[in-house]
Amino acid sequence: MAAALLLGISGCEGPQSALTPDGAGARALASLWWIMAAGAVVIFLFVIGCAVYATRVAPRAHPDFAGTWFILGGGVALPVVVLSALLTYSFVLGRDLSRAPGPEALRIEVIGKQWWWEVRYRPPGGGEPVVSANELRLPVGEPVELVLSATDVIHSFWLPAIAGKRDMIPGRTTHLVLEVEEPGIWRGQCAEYCGGPHALMAFYAIAQAQGDFAAWLEREAQTAKEPDDPFLASGKALFHDSGCGACHTIRGTPADGELGPDLTHLGNRRSLAAGTLPNNVGTIAGWIADSQHIKPANRMPSFNTFTGRELRAIAAYLASLK
Amino acid sequence: MRSLGPLLLVVVLTGACEPAEPPAHQRVIGGDPRLGRTVAAVYGCTACHDIPGIGQATGTVGPSLGAFGMRAYIAGRLPNRPAMLTSWLRDPPAIDPATAMPALGLSESEARHVAAFLYTLR
Repeated sequence: MAAALLLGISGCEGPQSALTPDGAGARALASLWWIMAAGAVVIFLFVIGCAVYATRVAPRAHPDFAGTWFILGGGVALPVVVLSALLTYSFVLGRDLSRAPGPEALRIEVIGKQWWWEVRYRPPGGGEPVVSANELRLPVGEPVELVLSATDVIHSFWLPAIAGKRDMIPGRTTHLVLEVEEPGIWRGQCAEYCGGPHALMAFYAIAQAQGDFAAWLEREAQTAKEPDDPFLASGKALFHDSGCGACHTIRGTPADGELGPDLTHLGNRRSLAAGTLPNNVGTIAGWIADSQHIKPANRMPSFNTFTGRELRAIAAYLASLK
Repeated sequence: MRSLGPLLLVVVLTGACEPAEPPAHQRVIGGDPRLGRTVAAVYGCTACHDIPGIGQATGTVGPSLGAFGMRAYIAGRLPNRPAMLTSWLRDPPAIDPATAMPALGLSESEARHVAAFLYTLR
């Protein structure tokens, strides 16, 4: 049975597993999970043992008083004690997981949208937020406060290997504290059905050493770099002339739309379309031409109106935004 | 000897389940089809192409690569031979300036692996 259990949970590893925790919050949750699983196994075996004893080992009438004490003890007192203890444990844990780490901590706003994530970094000391999308960069070894909200329907932020799950509710803000111990890359997923391509609303979290994170944030705060060759420049011109800026922002250019993800540093991201595709010049071209086939019903129409060369130019320009 | 009959039958039948071995003129030197499939998945070729054997890929931007090994021409431009295919995979616009397929930045060895994989599609 232990072997069967091991076999069963060996499939639960990887970059999106609550059972291989890499953060303080996820570790506490994993402990709770294991305690509950072990308790459930013990109680299950005890109950089955009693049933086997009563029906197979000693199938005769038992004195009434034994039954009364058994029902009061095992049926009322034990559950009250066990469930109260577990409830207290999980309430305390839940409170700790959302406790604000203090005003000096980095705050990151994550806003759930159909079907992508807007991410705004608010460094301590104030100033303009740094706007990005569909990827969460984290410094290692310090608590980060996530401020979660949604603009359309209920979403749920879930990064299983690092922390618990928290709903993102329109008109409210919820909080989650993350603390990552080692550099690494994990996958997260929207955990509340939010319509259409909900299953393709994912993101990657990338934890870096504090110095690397600071350098990344400084770069991310800059405006987009100008194209440095005529082909990329033609891609930039096509992007603007085709009206892409109605929905997308590229800081430092006339594009200032807010319906879709900010593309100012798209080339640095690991994935495209909220974890749907790997990110490179080829998948960007494919996404522009056929986004409705790749992620059906998402908000971006398929733009198969460009010639092959034009499509390559736009994709190359966007991939060059690093 | 009679008892070997069913065994032989099983061997012959399951032989058909192996990936098709490409003919001699489609052997790619230094190309490993299994690595090629991984490379194609990592680059996300399926965003544009329907590729049997990679996930639930059904990309419709470019042509399906089903039975690519049987195809006579690459992109309607080049004879479908290993050296031509690896050149195409590395830099399509250099061969056809009007193509919508960008140069993905594949290394020579990555291109050979992908070519070897594509020739198993028959």
